[in-house]
Amino acid sequence: MKTDIPGMRTSLGRVRGLGSARSGATHWWHERLTSVSTLILLVWFFVSLLRLPDFSYATVTQWLAAPLAAVPMLLLILSVFWHLAAGLRVVVEDYVHEEGGKLFWLVAINFASLFAAALSIFAVLRIAVGGAA
Amino acid sequence: MHRNPARPMSPHLTIWKWGPHMAVSILHRVTGVGLGVLGGALFTWWLVALASGPEAYATFVGWATWKWMLIVWVGLTWAAFQHTLSGLRHFVLDIGAGYELRTNKFWSVVVLIAALALTMLVWAFIYLRNFA
Repeated sequence: MKTDIPGMRTSLGRVRGLGSARSGATHWWHERLTSVSTLILLVWFFVSLLRLPDFSYATVTQWLAAPLAAVPMLLLILSVFWHLAAGLRVVVEDYVHEEGGKLFWLVAINFASLFAAALSIFAVLRIAVGGAA
Repeated sequence: MHRNPARPMSPHLTIWKWGPHMAVSILHRVTGVGLGVLGGALFTWWLVALASGPEAYATFVGWATWKWMLIVWVGLTWAAFQHTLSGLRHFVLDIGAGYELRTNKFWSVVVLIAALALTMLVWAFIYLRNFA
């Protein structure tokens, strides 16, 4: 039976979750990946806004209800909130050294960014498919 | 004791001086946090207001066009340019290039100046388009 690769870690260290969690590179890669997608989608976002004749409720909702606006907007939401959650996490990990405070902020960042992302996704869906426009 | 200022200083935990690369590095985090928290909140508010109907949207527009909000919008514009350009610089550093002292300093200064210049350009454009 294959168990966790023990390496040089002690049992106590493993229980306490010390050492590599072996997901550091994934986090780093996701941060880079979402930075590129956020940049591309934000350029699309601001160019689209600039092309609107005005920013009235009717104009903006009508624009956002179209598939080619709603779908990139949903992708922008996923990309932007993933990226900001990943970035804020690093800031907390680097500057909050007290374990309790660190845990609190990491949980708060994940909950808040997920909540904001869910709200934003729901808003776009309501405009695009819910007939709010 | 006399020290020749032309000679390089050996870096140590407490012996160092500020350089543009440090400013760009910490600004990347500061602008990232600002964009993430403030920008993320305003973005969400805008979308939720749009989905909630004309009255909620009017409330958002009322706040967004409040004269003191101009500071926030200009600040976010600068933060976005600073973070983006700094991020592009990080991609170059990620592939292992641009660490030579001169090159590193040069591009750090370019990022700082370009972010300010682009911010002024965008707001000059907005001003000319709407108020001139």
